[in-house]
Amino acid sequence: MRISCPHCGERDRREFYYRGAAVDLERPAPDAGEAAWDDFVYLRDNPAGVTRELWYHEGGCGAWIVVTRDTVTHDMLGSELASEVSA
Amino acid sequence: MRVGGKGLIDRTDPVSFVFDGVTYSGFQGDTLASALLANGVRLMGRSFKYHRPRGVLTAGSEEPNALVTVGAGAAQEPNVRATMQEIYPGLVARSQNRWPSLSLDLMAVNDLASPFLGAGFYYKTFMWPKSFWEKLYEPVIRRAAGLGALSGADNADTYESAYAFCDLLVIGAGPAGLMAALQAARAGADVILADENSRMGGRLLAESFEVDGKPGPVWVDAVLAELGALDNVRLMSRTTIAGAYDQGTYAALERVGHHSGRRTGGAPLETYWRIVAKRSILAAGALERPVAFRNNDRPGIMTAGAVRAYLNRWGVSPGRNVTVFGNTDDIHRTARDLLDAGIHVAAVIDSRHDGPLSDDYPVLRGAHVCDSSGRKGLEAITVRRASGEERIQTDCLAMTGGWNPSVHLTCHMNGRPTWQREIEAFVPTPGAVPGMIAAGACNGAFSTAACLRQGATAAEETLTELGFSGPEMAIPRAEDAPYVITPLWAVPGKGRAWLDFQNDVTVKDVKQAATENFRSVEHMKRYTTQGMATDQGKNSNVAALAVLADATGRGIPETGTTTFRPPYAPIAIAALGAGAEGQGFRPQRFTTSHSASVNRGAPMVEAGLWYRPSYFPEAGETTWRQSCDREVTMVREAVGICDVSTLGKIDIQGPDAAEVLDFVYCNMFSSLKVGRVRYGLMLREDGFVMDDGTTARLADTHYLMTTTTAAAGDVMKHLEFVHQGLRPELDVSFTSVTEHWAQFAVAGPKSRDLLNGLLDHPIDDESWPFMACGPVTVMGVQGRLFRISFSGEHAYEIAVPARYGASLFDILAEKAAALGGGLYGMEALNVLRIEKGFITHAEIHGRTTAYDIGMGRMVSQKKDCIGKTMSERPGLEQPGRERLVGLKPIGESRQLLAGAHLYDEAAEPVRVNDQGYVTSVCFSPTLGSMLGLAFLADGPDRHGEVVKMVDHLRGVTTLCEVVNPVFFDPEGGRVRG
Amino acid sequence: MRFSGLRVFREGLTGNKGWTPHWRDPEPKAEYDIVIIGGGGHGLSTAYYLAKEHGLTNVAVLEKGYIGGGNVGRNTTIVRANYFLPGNSEFYSHSLRLWEGLEEDLNYNVMHSQRGIINLFHSDGQRDAAARRGNMMISQGDDAILLDRDGLRAMVPYLNFDDLRFPLYGGLYHPRGGTARHDAVAWGYARGADQRGVDLIQNCEVTGIDIENGAVRGVQTTRGPIRAKKVAMVAAGRSGQVAAMAGMRLPVESHVLQAFVTEGLKPCIDQVITFGMGHFYISQSDKGGLVFGGDLDFYASYAARGNLPTVENVMEAGMALMPMIGKARVLRSWGGIMDMTPDGSPIIDHTGITGLYLNCGWNYGGFKAVPGSGNVFAHLIATGDYHENATGFRLDRFRSGQGIIDEEGTGSQHNLH
Repeated sequence: MRISCPHCGERDRREFYYRGAAVDLERPAPDAGEAAWDDFVYLRDNPAGVTRELWYHEGGCGAWIVVTRDTVTHDMLGSELASEVSA
Repeated sequence: MRVGGKGLIDRTDPVSFVFDGVTYSGFQGDTLASALLANGVRLMGRSFKYHRPRGVLTAGSEEPNALVTVGAGAAQEPNVRATMQEIYPGLVARSQNRWPSLSLDLMAVNDLASPFLGAGFYYKTFMWPKSFWEKLYEPVIRRAAGLGALSGADNADTYESAYAFCDLLVIGAGPAGLMAALQAARAGADVILADENSRMGGRLLAESFEVDGKPGPVWVDAVLAELGALDNVRLMSRTTIAGAYDQGTYAALERVGHHSGRRTGGAPLETYWRIVAKRSILAAGALERPVAFRNNDRPGIMTAGAVRAYLNRWGVSPGRNVTVFGNTDDIHRTARDLLDAGIHVAAVIDSRHDGPLSDDYPVLRGAHVCDSSGRKGLEAITVRRASGEERIQTDCLAMTGGWNPSVHLTCHMNGRPTWQREIEAFVPTPGAVPGMIAAGACNGAFSTAACLRQGATAAEETLTELGFSGPEMAIPRAEDAPYVITPLWAVPGKGRAWLDFQNDVTVKDVKQAATENFRSVEHMKRYTTQGMATDQGKNSNVAALAVLADATGRGIPETGTTTFRPPYAPIAIAALGAGAEGQGFRPQRFTTSHSASVNRGAPMVEAGLWYRPSYFPEAGETTWRQSCDREVTMVREAVGICDVSTLGKIDIQGPDAAEVLDFVYCNMFSSLKVGRVRYGLMLREDGFVMDDGTTARLADTHYLMTTTTAAAGDVMKHLEFVHQGLRPELDVSFTSVTEHWAQFAVAGPKSRDLLNGLLDHPIDDESWPFMACGPVTVMGVQGRLFRISFSGEHAYEIAVPARYGASLFDILAEKAAALGGGLYGMEALNVLRIEKGFITHAEIHGRTTAYDIGMGRMVSQKKDCIGKTMSERPGLEQPGRERLVGLKPIGESRQLLAGAHLYDEAAEPVRVNDQGYVTSVCFSPTLGSMLGLAFLADGPDRHGEVVKMVDHLRGVTTLCEVVNPVFFDPEGGRVRG
Repeated sequence: MRFSGLRVFREGLTGNKGWTPHWRDPEPKAEYDIVIIGGGGHGLSTAYYLAKEHGLTNVAVLEKGYIGGGNVGRNTTIVRANYFLPGNSEFYSHSLRLWEGLEEDLNYNVMHSQRGIINLFHSDGQRDAAARRGNMMISQGDDAILLDRDGLRAMVPYLNFDDLRFPLYGGLYHPRGGTARHDAVAWGYARGADQRGVDLIQNCEVTGIDIENGAVRGVQTTRGPIRAKKVAMVAAGRSGQVAAMAGMRLPVESHVLQAFVTEGLKPCIDQVITFGMGHFYISQSDKGGLVFGGDLDFYASYAARGNLPTVENVMEAGMALMPMIGKARVLRSWGGIMDMTPDGSPIIDHTGITGLYLNCGWNYGGFKAVPGSGNVFAHLIATGDYHENATGFRLDRFRSGQGIIDEEGTGSQHNLH
């Protein structure tokens, strides 16, 4: 498996750490309520198909990136810096 | 029998080898199978279940029958395909899965019992009496099952793993692969051409074809010579592409050393390759299908293509009086090759009614072989025609049921092959593996000319995609015979007709599975074990599918296929796991004081990837406890030195450093003054404790965070995530400096005295109060000093750049000794912290909250932080939670054990009465008792109560008093002293 | 048809002509009392226990492919009851007791083999954790023995006692742990359910769940609509997609776990051995193949196949721990789709929708739970109440934070369990 880092280009999957769905970037306000926090921390769309997820280029530049990927075919469809997605 | 004038073996180089204790002679270039056949040996193995006598079926890696064990001792290799093992002087092989010998195998009694051992029989019996499964039935079955044996000795061979990258990977070096590689190479692409065989050329070595008017092998050599001379080409023979993975990654196994008794220059036995290819061309050829008929498994019955391969490539005829049976014109090709070699062809049996005839040998059209005889090797076949049955004497039957394209790799990424009626076979579905194009026989093109054309076309397509252009290549002239096939799967009739030779799955078994409603092809496979042998169904899948389709009244495409999965051919665990034996399994991390600790006799223990000293034994000490007790007392009474460099150190700088720390720690860090240190507690977003440690403010915009040894990497990732993912607007950066600094705890009442003998500028309580930090110069070296304590004593941690660590450690040790102190290790460190109730990952094990460890009030109410919202969920703060307490033994038993559970004094020690568990214990020389830290339901409310510690495993029950976890100096006076 | 040695013998004498289908292939009826979505191990055992223990036989199991085609047919077959947290402990204990009577109960040899499991430990801290676990196992009524290094060596002398990177301190031995023939478990339950009148409907994919006024009414399928009073979702690996049809979002992320089998070999590994430092576990099947696996690939996937880094990690762990297996050749690798939950423990519960029940989130430990899961889920569906040994697998535990069962202690990141 190969993953594209916006900084470094295509690299081996071994350089990256997987965290989970990119929903982790959408942190609710502290007072958003139980349901919003449950959604954010625990519940997942978990699509069989295209998903957006967080990877960390741990063995490379140290960037957290949002990878768009197909969970059925493992096709890599795009990657962006998490800092730019969040900004 | 060896025949003259044929074969690619070196007849000037005889090679002797041993099989089952008998010495034979072959030639350089022979496989074990070809050399044994040349010596007239047909019996080479036994089947898995019925122990039927077996000879070779094929001439390739798909061989299901002729599996042998090569070598002895630690070098013993079980399940080696005789068809792939090249002979070399001194090769020793022996047959397997038989007792006492290959020719007299008493386990063959199973064959007599076969009516009772049909598909799935074991699911229906062996159930009574219940206890007999483990005691009797299973051990008997286990001993009878299995093929070869591992030696039991640790691996002693060298295996390697490697990476390779290329523009184009060509898989298979037959006519299609060679054409593709040549074209791509001439265009300048980086090409890897890999082929499973010892010699490239594919079927061109096994057939008597000409290419461009030259014998096939001559054309092959010319192409290989050109490719070999190019820098952009890597030729990898004896290399099996074993798996196709995501984004153009392929697994490959190169058999570097199996063909020779000697390996020079430290060459490995095998190399496991990971090849990353921008594109690939699959030119893996095709595998021939046997035909199922009664007793089709005798030694001497093999595929027609194998007969031609033995004849043309190895100059061996598997028989003197050969019969041929099949459903394509390959039967005539086989007969002609045999006649050319001077071998008698007794009959050609064509299942078709309209096949060609011959003047040179008898052709029986519309006929089927329906039985065979011969106890340990073929003696005769029975042929059935409309006119009746006829027995024909023969010592070799060459059979063909057509060819199956080698689609396997195209299925590794869940691709399903497509049924092509014209060839009665599955072909690859285009695009099944992104970037891969199939060409040649693996794509259903069975003539040499078609293979050459498809190889060239696939290369052109690939080169265009990759942006290369090269000269157009002429397609060499070659045979272009049409492939005409009439389906022939199983000859009807009584008796057992084998589909899966190794696993002894017959047509009857598949039909019985269908009768029992195992109609899904996956059910049939799993119920009968068809396709689960070492060939993974390469020889049997399609025929078994056809039989199942017939039995269930469906067509083959609707019946579907099972899935080919990696590896294409089996790979040794030692190759895939190369380099991991012993210490190679994980990196070793050493502190700067490692050698000094080892030299002082300290046993080193693993701490994550690090090694830390357990204790420092002194003369006269015979147990670790003696050393540990002394070290603890030394710290409490004088001064001790301990290397704490393994703790994670993260340098945090930037105008927003304070803000990010306030966000990741549950307590405040923006309010921390420059030159001060604070203990911080970090939560996960789900509200549970993640890690703890101290963080120092070195300057207004500069902090140094300490993490636990175990969590250093996770905390770094977490900080980067919080910054980049959640708060990208903050101006801050994080750098791991764990290895940059050597850091030593200097702990004990005499710690300041020691430091003042070392620092260029002395310190006092006013300049360095508890929790102060700052730069210091140590004998001229710029360092840092932190007045922090993990022992409860007046203590410091002193840090210097790592290159000075070893020297400083020696100096600290010397100065400590002069003050009546010395070095202490992990055991003493653990006692010191338990005496003070300080926690480690034994307590913050991922299931505890700040509330549980008595730090609930540290979660600042003035700000948001990671984990705060979720930590306020009712479940994380509710009564009944197990919370941190101290335990002291009070009864007759004084023993505490970590991992023991807690119960009310009068309660039965069963799960429903469980009140908690012990996390850490030690003997405290300071307090003269064992001490324990534990989690106890509502623990802090129960100080003074008596609970019962029960350790079922070690048979210990101890009554304990529940106490404040800070056993020693609860007021904390010593740390400030 | 009742199976026995005698029956096998009689059939053998008469040409094996008398065997009958293990189960029928009925057409789906228009309505059932209970529809179970998913014909895997858990779905089939649920159907079996509904029929056997609750007399509910107007039940259909709907399977989109073939029965037993999911994780029950692609796991490493380990059966154990060695959990240490309340909620898990009593449940897996219950499940193991059902395993111990399974062959007699089903009249089907699932080859449950209590050959013992050894969990290795490599430091004092790991020993303490193993002791905590072992003490819980015993207090729950299961068995556990703490082996020191010598005791371990006596049982498994072929481990690398000389220079393993993380030295062997000992092992937690669970004698009643073992393995079973995975496919046979599915088939045995299927046959048992079928014999009691349950309709097993293969090649029938559920495409919608009908809900009216907060109550389930039935399902839409590729073979037409089916009405049902109760619907049970037991579709591991596809739990999220099925639940989405009912408008639910689950605390589940799907991950791939690879497994491996070698060519057949004469017996060399008698127990199940697990190597925590390398996330490696291994046993030898009765056919002689070494069956083993390791950690997840760690990325979300529905592909049921993995990639090489995990392959290598697993093999490396094997070579580190037991270098005598080096010349065993990997014959086949495959992947299963794991419902990973945020605490590594499953969900067996009501949903907010009347008559709709959920069983999912088995992470990579679902096989050993097959009997227990079906048994307690059947109880929940039939009675509306939690089974006494399955009160902890609540769907709302994450929201409330109450009763989170996190054995690994790794928290809400799904793939870390």
